[in-house]
Amino acid sequence: MSDKFEPVIIGFTCNWCSYRAADMAGTARMKYAPNVRLIRLMCSGRLDPTFVLKAFADGADGVLVSGCHPGDCHYVEQNYKMLRRFHLLIRLLKQMGIEPERIKLVWASAAEGAIFADEINKFVEQVRALGPLNWGASKNGSEKVMVQETATEVPA
Amino acid sequence: MERITIDPITRLEGHGKIEIFLDADGNVANTYFQIPELRGFERFCVGRQVEEIPLLTNRICGVCPEAHHMAGAKAVDAVYHVDPPRTAKMLRELLYSAFFVTDHTTHFYALAGPDFILGPDAPVAERNILGVIHKVGLEIGGKVIQARKYGHTVIEMIGGRKIHPCTSIPGGLTKGITEEQRQEIEKMGRWAIDFAQFSLNLFSDIVLGNKTYLDLILGDIYTHKTYYIGMVDENNKINFYDGKVSVVDPEGNRIGKYAPNEYTDWIAEHVEPWTYLKFPYLKKVGWKGFVDGKDSGVYCATPLSRLNASDGMATPLAQEQYEKFYSTLGGKPVHQRLATHWARLIELLYAAERWVQLATDPEITSDNFRTIPSEKPTEGVGIVEAPRGTLTHHYWTDERGIATKVNLVVGTTNNYAPISMSVNKAASSLIKKGTVVTEGLLNMVEMAFRAYDPCFGCATHSLPGKMPLELTIRDADGNPIEVLRQNC
Amino acid sequence: MTTNGKPKFAMYWAASCGGCEISVLNTNEKILDVDANFDVVFWPVAMDAKYKDVEAMEDKSILLTLFNGGIRNDENEHIAKLLRQKSQILVAFGSCASEGCVPALANLSNVKEIVDTAYTTISTDNPNGIRPQPNYTVPEGELHIPTLYPTLRTLDQVVDVDYYMPGCPPESQQISAVLDLVIQVIQGKAQLPPKGAVIGAGVSTVCDECKRKRNEKSIKEFKRIQEIMLDPEICILEQGVICSGPATRSGCGALCPTAGAPCIGCYGPAENTLDYGSRLLSAVASVIDSNDPKEIDKILDGIPDPAGMFYRFNLAGSLLKASKPAWDK
Repeated sequence: MSDKFEPVIIGFTCNWCSYRAADMAGTARMKYAPNVRLIRLMCSGRLDPTFVLKAFADGADGVLVSGCHPGDCHYVEQNYKMLRRFHLLIRLLKQMGIEPERIKLVWASAAEGAIFADEINKFVEQVRALGPLNWGASKNGSEKVMVQETATEVPA
Repeated sequence: MERITIDPITRLEGHGKIEIFLDADGNVANTYFQIPELRGFERFCVGRQVEEIPLLTNRICGVCPEAHHMAGAKAVDAVYHVDPPRTAKMLRELLYSAFFVTDHTTHFYALAGPDFILGPDAPVAERNILGVIHKVGLEIGGKVIQARKYGHTVIEMIGGRKIHPCTSIPGGLTKGITEEQRQEIEKMGRWAIDFAQFSLNLFSDIVLGNKTYLDLILGDIYTHKTYYIGMVDENNKINFYDGKVSVVDPEGNRIGKYAPNEYTDWIAEHVEPWTYLKFPYLKKVGWKGFVDGKDSGVYCATPLSRLNASDGMATPLAQEQYEKFYSTLGGKPVHQRLATHWARLIELLYAAERWVQLATDPEITSDNFRTIPSEKPTEGVGIVEAPRGTLTHHYWTDERGIATKVNLVVGTTNNYAPISMSVNKAASSLIKKGTVVTEGLLNMVEMAFRAYDPCFGCATHSLPGKMPLELTIRDADGNPIEVLRQNC
Repeated sequence: MTTNGKPKFAMYWAASCGGCEISVLNTNEKILDVDANFDVVFWPVAMDAKYKDVEAMEDKSILLTLFNGGIRNDENEHIAKLLRQKSQILVAFGSCASEGCVPALANLSNVKEIVDTAYTTISTDNPNGIRPQPNYTVPEGELHIPTLYPTLRTLDQVVDVDYYMPGCPPESQQISAVLDLVIQVIQGKAQLPPKGAVIGAGVSTVCDECKRKRNEKSIKEFKRIQEIMLDPEICILEQGVICSGPATRSGCGALCPTAGAPCIGCYGPAENTLDYGSRLLSAVASVIDSNDPKEIDKILDGIPDPAGMFYRFNLAGSLLKASKPAWDK
């Protein structure tokens, strides 16, 4: 086992396209980094930003979101709804101190197994380079902060 | 050194404690009034959309959010270089006048009232709002509730909510009032004038008519000769909502009047490491420590200060009272801190009169209550008089109107140095070698800060307020030799 | 300790503004019912019991404690734990105790920055860079003030909480309703709701209480309230100004939209919401009228401060709780 940092990445994939792409990569025995834990949604439009925040809060170092190509959504337009949320979400995450490079949006059709595997590999390396996120590592802020500066003595 | 700790201070907003150190002779060597809180508004308002800051600063104080909302509203108008229409300014001042009525009522009846109406030495069990009601009648309690109810009704009509108003935006207000609402507001205002006069008569009968209390008010224990500041209009009459800040020296001479954007030439804040609150002082005079006098930059910003710093009241009934005040107390300026309670009632009357004045202005129901700003936002200062002192909000923004820097000098903060001095003087005068420290004596130390109305008063129903204080008297090694308690 | 048999009542404020107290007092005559039915044993702003009195009380001897204010420093935490020990029912009263409220916006900064800002403002005279010290020795002796924690926390992040009463502050008529319920419970005429419930508020959102007309929302540009004259009859969000109504719990009567101002979210998340901010984000994103990434980004430039806007009242109670700089030393 190497000492290399192994990022924990949660991947939200849609049932009709990207999840099948991952399946395809698997059945074709394409090797890709094992760091991504896939969660299957029926549609990328099901992606509630809460899922992403919970992933980061609970220890993920990166989040991958994947859906059908624009125009190909199995439910017609819902991937566009996710797209709008996604753009607003990265702005929010940036203000919270989570780098935009920790979250990635990939459009993948069911036939694009190789591309999907490749995107995963690239993303894992991107997150590895950023290092662990360690959200809330200071135990929910329960440690006291001694607000210390060298003080000037106050004469009586 | 022997040490007496009063912790916590009660019947005021926020947390606080007093440490009194006694020297070897048993006299007071020094007193420290510590404020243990910091929430960080000046930092976390940065990065916010500037028009939201009056909503965020509401939450500095839930007793006087109206003050922060108005100071913030004026600051944001200044940031956008926009002048709201006359109706908007009048509506804001009308809300503000009703607010002053509720707030001064609350303080006088629940905080100050017991000390005067019952006396500082009265049994602790009676020395609270219930004791006041027993002495002067149940009807009074009902009037106090009514005064607060009326005031908050006006606040909600104009400000949207009773607590933490939401209607001031850059350029004006989000709504106006209807003729029906105006009539109701006028009716409540006229009632408030009667109530204010009633309160002044009560004070006159029960306090001024009693030699013991009068001696207390005029006595030296609670007297400090400091500078005084307060906002005045162009005729140098008190105005809570708009004008310039008049500054007078301990002899009553006006040394200047500053506009909001000039405040940094006048006010600076001194820092001590044993408390979270800062001590403002007059820059032109300088910080010389916790001392009185013309050479010390310590200044006061309270109802008493406002009366001292102005040339009179802008409404007739209040002006009559103003003149009576000074002729009774021997001319301007008045330095006796307990007289602040009287000054507060005079302001109550002015606020009620102003309430009616504004409510009967023909333009108050106009629907021209907003202007859309046309200039780019940059920087602005808003100043109003909060009931407890001059309140300054200063915002800087980028070109999108996102705040880049915020500075606040808050009402009670102005008085932190004088309060500390008043408490120290009261303690030093009352606790000497051989003094038996009683509950009444402890209460008289508390009366020193209570006159300033440090930001909070319990309103209509201060529950059977026994003043539990604990005094631990220790020997030189810190071992407790005596513990005095009242009601705890 | 009480000789009159009345159950005990306490109300305490931690890092708060006092608005919750004023809202209780704005119940006007109802406060007399509190006095008639309870023995108020601890309420620092209103009466003079001390911390020592609470320490001397038996565990669980206070029937009902309303705790408002967030946990900012060690004194706040100490009293929270003390009151939990001494109280049967502990209510996180108001937005600060429930989810952090406005002071939780401090969690977007490191506490050192907060302190540094306060003591170096343009009007502050501090050439030696003095900062307040938890322990400081003066010639007469040693002085103490509480220590600030790195972040502001909600009450349930430090102790077990029985009920939540949202609002900044909770509206007085809701407080009256809750007081009535508790008095009825004491008299054996009613049951307490299940533990962990949100009381004194609705289960839906502010939109349900708002009387403005709602049509199709399709926003090509978000506007700030000072930029347009809002139509008082039509939904504020529909006009391009962001209103937090869709994500905010009902119970206030939609006071702010009625007064012409957008809802800012002070009543907290609606029922069954894990994270308020992400709900509001979804709602706002859903009204954007574009499928093109570049255009979407341009429209989103009209929301320059998403964190401050979506977590205005709920940062401490959110999933992320604070920004990374707040955690970093």
